[in-house]
Amino acid sequence: MSEVATHDSPGIGSRLQPHFANAQQQYETATFGMWVFLVTEVMFFGGLFTAYLIYRIQYADAFVHASHHLDIVLGCFNTVVLIGSSLTMAMAVHSARISKSKMIAFWIFMTMILGGIFLGVKAYEYTIKWQHGLFPANFFFEAPDAGPQRIFYSLYFAMTGLHATHMVIGMGIMVYIAAQALKGSYTERWYTPVEIMGLYWHFVDLVWIFLFPLLYLIGRH
Amino acid sequence: MESSDQRVTYINAAHTVRSWLLTIDHKRIALLYLVSITVMFLLGGMMAGAIRLELLTPEGDLLGSDTYNKAFTLHGIIMIFFFLIPSIPATLGNFLIPIMVGAKDLAFPKINLLSWYIYIVGATFGLVATVTGGLDTGWTLYTPYSTAFATTNVVLPATGLFITGFSSILTGFNFIVTIHKMRAPGLTWFRLPLFVWAQYATSLVMVLGTPVIAITIFMVILDRSGFGIFDPNIGGDPVLFQHLFWFYSHPAVYIMILPAMGVISEIIPAFTRKKIFGYGFIAASSLAIAIIGFIVWGHHLFTTTQSMYAATVFSVLTFAVAIPSAVKTFNWAATMYRGSVSFESPMIFAIGFMGLFLIGGLTGLFLALLGLDMHVQDTYFVVAHFHYIMVGGAIMGYMGGLHFWWPKMSGRKYPEMPAKISAALIFVGFNGTFFPQFIAGYAGMPRRYHYYPDEYQILNVCSTMGAAILAVGYLMPLFYLLWSLRHGEEAGKNPWGVLGLEWTIDSPPHPHNFHETPVVDYEPYDYPEAAHVLGLHHVDPEEAVHV
Repeated sequence: MSEVATHDSPGIGSRLQPHFANAQQQYETATFGMWVFLVTEVMFFGGLFTAYLIYRIQYADAFVHASHHLDIVLGCFNTVVLIGSSLTMAMAVHSARISKSKMIAFWIFMTMILGGIFLGVKAYEYTIKWQHGLFPANFFFEAPDAGPQRIFYSLYFAMTGLHATHMVIGMGIMVYIAAQALKGSYTERWYTPVEIMGLYWHFVDLVWIFLFPLLYLIGRH
Repeated sequence: MESSDQRVTYINAAHTVRSWLLTIDHKRIALLYLVSITVMFLLGGMMAGAIRLELLTPEGDLLGSDTYNKAFTLHGIIMIFFFLIPSIPATLGNFLIPIMVGAKDLAFPKINLLSWYIYIVGATFGLVATVTGGLDTGWTLYTPYSTAFATTNVVLPATGLFITGFSSILTGFNFIVTIHKMRAPGLTWFRLPLFVWAQYATSLVMVLGTPVIAITIFMVILDRSGFGIFDPNIGGDPVLFQHLFWFYSHPAVYIMILPAMGVISEIIPAFTRKKIFGYGFIAASSLAIAIIGFIVWGHHLFTTTQSMYAATVFSVLTFAVAIPSAVKTFNWAATMYRGSVSFESPMIFAIGFMGLFLIGGLTGLFLALLGLDMHVQDTYFVVAHFHYIMVGGAIMGYMGGLHFWWPKMSGRKYPEMPAKISAALIFVGFNGTFFPQFIAGYAGMPRRYHYYPDEYQILNVCSTMGAAILAVGYLMPLFYLLWSLRHGEEAGKNPWGVLGLEWTIDSPPHPHNFHETPVVDYEPYDYPEAAHVLGLHHVDPEEAVHV
């Protein structure tokens, strides 16, 4: 898209797109848009959470039982890692706010490393579940309440898989933003993409904050 | 004044195929959508034709049961997901919302283009599925049939629907942000055209509902691949699927009808030359329909395991939807009362809409009654009811809007007489097709069978004859609208002599819509007081009657 500078947009120069009146409008539009998008994401995950809650009430014992096959230590570790990645993401936004381009790239890089660790642990957990026959498509768990346990694992893989997909997409966008940051694209006067990326990442983090207790911690009080 | 040959418009700004396929101009994207959904409408219409021909005789002689099942499934899927849901929002909404709010474009032009590409990818999945064996689950994809028993390819079309959902989400998302953040100076919320209010309400449903159907279809795909979320063999609940499905698919009806109501709210004051009656109530009723629409889905499950108490609550809430719907209808009627009504073709479509929507809406109340619904559930009564809303209502509104704004979009006037004939044929043909189905359904004819007892034949013959008339009515605009592109009279800025920001700019508009950002310091539909603001000639009510 052709981007033109206008006289009433000091500081953001070529970043002002032609269909906006001024930089303030462009900034507000972008952030408001991200919040609306996150609302759709809440509804998207909401369908799975609804299914989970209904079956959790219906098959409480089977769900508690199935939950015990999840590795709580790895789950806790991943939770800490992901919260850490939210901190590094917040640091990236902070660096943008004070115009430190290299620091933006550094903190985004740190976020990606933490995200990578999370996904690595997740992949390890998936492998173990697969080997133990807990993956729904090759489920061979024999127990009186095995049926509902398979529902639990169907939901476990659907929910954590969708969450991981969101992380992969987010990390893909991070590569682009880090590269732009190194080029010096973001300054205190214009760093909307960094901020929006931050909103997205915190949302993905928040989904995990709900997934972790629902999947790992039930029945362990 | 410059002639249109020299003037830069969004159409002649560039001529290459690339300039259309990579455009980020909301007006061009609206035309891309217009062409795509017209193709889909023709495909869906062909399926409908096959269904009606099969039902001409009681025996299953034209289509076998498998083919018939695929025909009505694809008819439903194509018409709902690939035609009706994008119809008014993605074409008229895309074209008009930025202009009506006084902006140069939607808030996110690139995302707007992306939504069209997502739509095309989704539609491609759907079409590939059609030619590689089709789908026979019905458009509702009910489990466990769709997950465990259907021998047709479920995953491919389901993936298509999953993908297409995101195009709808992105359109709604773009509209909401645009209406919030891109309004011209002075254009307060209560100065917005009612079409914009209706699109806002529609967008809320798109943004809040569509993700739920997306995730539900995702779960169906997973179950089909060996997961067991809805599998009754392991304790899964197929009715849970129905709840999740209708949580979106009932509000989806409002995605189809609300924009049409918005169109009607524009056409009625325009051809009545009168301030719309009850502006605030019409605007609020759009939001009310969108909100109440989210808490009525259980009326699709009256004959399932849903508890009696839940069913009672859903029944009462369904009745509540009638209130905002009636508010609109009464306000349109009150606007026309003692107005200078003139009967140009968009107005005929609008009046047709009011008649058909009235019948569709009132029969909806029959279905909301717990006792009566037991009798007519899964009969042609239901089929007739929802066609009155989704075809009689939504497509009538779409046609009316397309005719009303065609001179703005194309810069040309279309011939009035064939348009009036088309509107009349659609009205007559529609009633001919679907009114007999109310009777057949009430008499007990079940839906989704390709054969039926002899006693229903007379009604089905009427219905098929009506469908033939309807088909002519729908095909006519294809010819005279295309004819008008080359041979139509130049429309000028304001061919109808009506109020609205879109009528103050060139036809077809400049790529940036406005040469200067407009300042809106007047109320909407302020006939005739505001006419001078927009430089209109005063419309003499006496004269207008005879136009």
